[in-house]
Amino acid sequence: MRVLLGMLEATSGSVTLDGNDISMLSTQDRIAHGLAFVPQTKNVFPSMTVEENLQMGGFIRNDDISKTIDEVYDLFPILHEKRKQLAEQLSGGQRQQVAFGRAMMTKPSVMLLDEPTAGVSPIVMDEIFSNILDVRNAGMAVLMVEQNAQQALNIADKGFVLVSGRNEHTGTGKELINDREVRKKFLGG
Amino acid sequence: MSDSIDIINALALLTNFVILPGLSYGSQLALGALAVTLVYSILRFSNFAQGDSMAFGTMLVIFLSGYMINQGWTISGVPTALLAIPIAIIGMSIYLLLMDRLVYKHYRGIKIKQSIVGITASIGVMFITGGIVRFFLGASAQRFGDGERFIFSVREFKAFTGLQQGIALKTSQFLTITLAILLVAFLFYFLQKTKTGKAMRAYSDNKELALLSGIDPDRVVRITWLLVALLTTIAGTLYGLDKGFAPQQYHLLLLPIFASVIVGGIGSPLGAIAGAFLVAFSEILLTYAYKKFLIYLLPLSMHPSSLVQLIGTEYKYAISFVILVIVLLIRPTGIFKGKVIVDE
Repeated sequence: MRVLLGMLEATSGSVTLDGNDISMLSTQDRIAHGLAFVPQTKNVFPSMTVEENLQMGGFIRNDDISKTIDEVYDLFPILHEKRKQLAEQLSGGQRQQVAFGRAMMTKPSVMLLDEPTAGVSPIVMDEIFSNILDVRNAGMAVLMVEQNAQQALNIADKGFVLVSGRNEHTGTGKELINDREVRKKFLGG
Repeated sequence: MSDSIDIINALALLTNFVILPGLSYGSQLALGALAVTLVYSILRFSNFAQGDSMAFGTMLVIFLSGYMINQGWTISGVPTALLAIPIAIIGMSIYLLLMDRLVYKHYRGIKIKQSIVGITASIGVMFITGGIVRFFLGASAQRFGDGERFIFSVREFKAFTGLQQGIALKTSQFLTITLAILLVAFLFYFLQKTKTGKAMRAYSDNKELALLSGIDPDRVVRITWLLVALLTTIAGTLYGLDKGFAPQQYHLLLLPIFASVIVGGIGSPLGAIAGAFLVAFSEILLTYAYKKFLIYLLPLSMHPSSLVQLIGTEYKYAISFVILVIVLLIRPTGIFKGKVIVDE
């Protein structure tokens, strides 16, 4: 993911977005081209309000961002209610919504999620998966790395199983879940 | 003489010798402490060069106002230093940006603990800055205030109220308190409401996410130094107008400034202000001689014969130290729950 974002250098290959090669661009330029990233941890500005978090997400935009903020509030109504609260005072699930919302502010075509459910309780995990579906239904491609493979494949249109740096299995989410070898090795039988 | 008059006299005495000096000294410390807090929040190190930077800014004001007085560019009644401040701020900005370019930038590029490296680098800058000031201005004390010394003097106050004890409002005190209020209001507005200010807070909050949001780190650092130049030049000049200029005095200001920052909570602007007034009033209340004050309030038989001074003024820097030690032992995060310095 860090390679896709240009935070690490690729040893080989190229990064393309909508057919354009963006391998040579800086992180900030790639974000301007439509990539967005939600890191695994520290993905909000804790001592800023929900609204300010969203404003910072739209920092590189010079046009009016208030419409996009409203779209985020439509998607996650609880954020509208808590827009004046500091991000550090929100629950884990709500904070994840702020993180998604911040990344959506640049109106990206692809959202990169790094282990969105790492270290959260099962209830919050369900909440986050439903948030991810919301994001997808809002018209963005979602690329995520996830440790909860069963649930992730359930909602995925396409899955890749990487084994020690190589792409071992590719298929739709359903295909991979039903694949005997994948089940045996990664999903516990 | 009736008792109530005595009480009013005692209060007038206290206002003149404790409250007004405390408010103006506190404001001067607050501006310095805000500069330290800004540098800490954005660049992640404690700027030991703050005191000497204030001396540098004041030196620019002294030279400029001297030149302006020679040229006759003055407004009667107003200290010329005040008119020189805007140009001095520009000079100070250039100096600080130059130091950032020559010194701090290099160490930011190295991925090691900024809290230690930055402090060490800033101590170097502190000695260089102090040296430059002494080279150009000398080490001896001097006064550079001109214009009216008082808004109203003790004599005018006495004539007006008929009280035995007078209150004087020095021009420097009046300027200090007004300018400090304006500057703090501007700073808070800037940080809370403007896009650039919010970007600075975001950068201070979560550097990596700020980069991912497209915030330019070099710009944030530059603007930080500009704000520091603004605060530093004004704080230094006000302190100098109030108490006279002496390089050593400015150098030692570092102690009460750091005490203010830590007492208030590192990285918290509100805390820096609260801490500054706490330190200023502790210093003045503990070193003030209460003899006259008590004579007004107590019956004749109980009049004190000594000065009733808790600590000699020569020990005033020890007070900052003691406050620092107490806070670090009891509540290391400070009053406003700032950050605790940890290695990142």
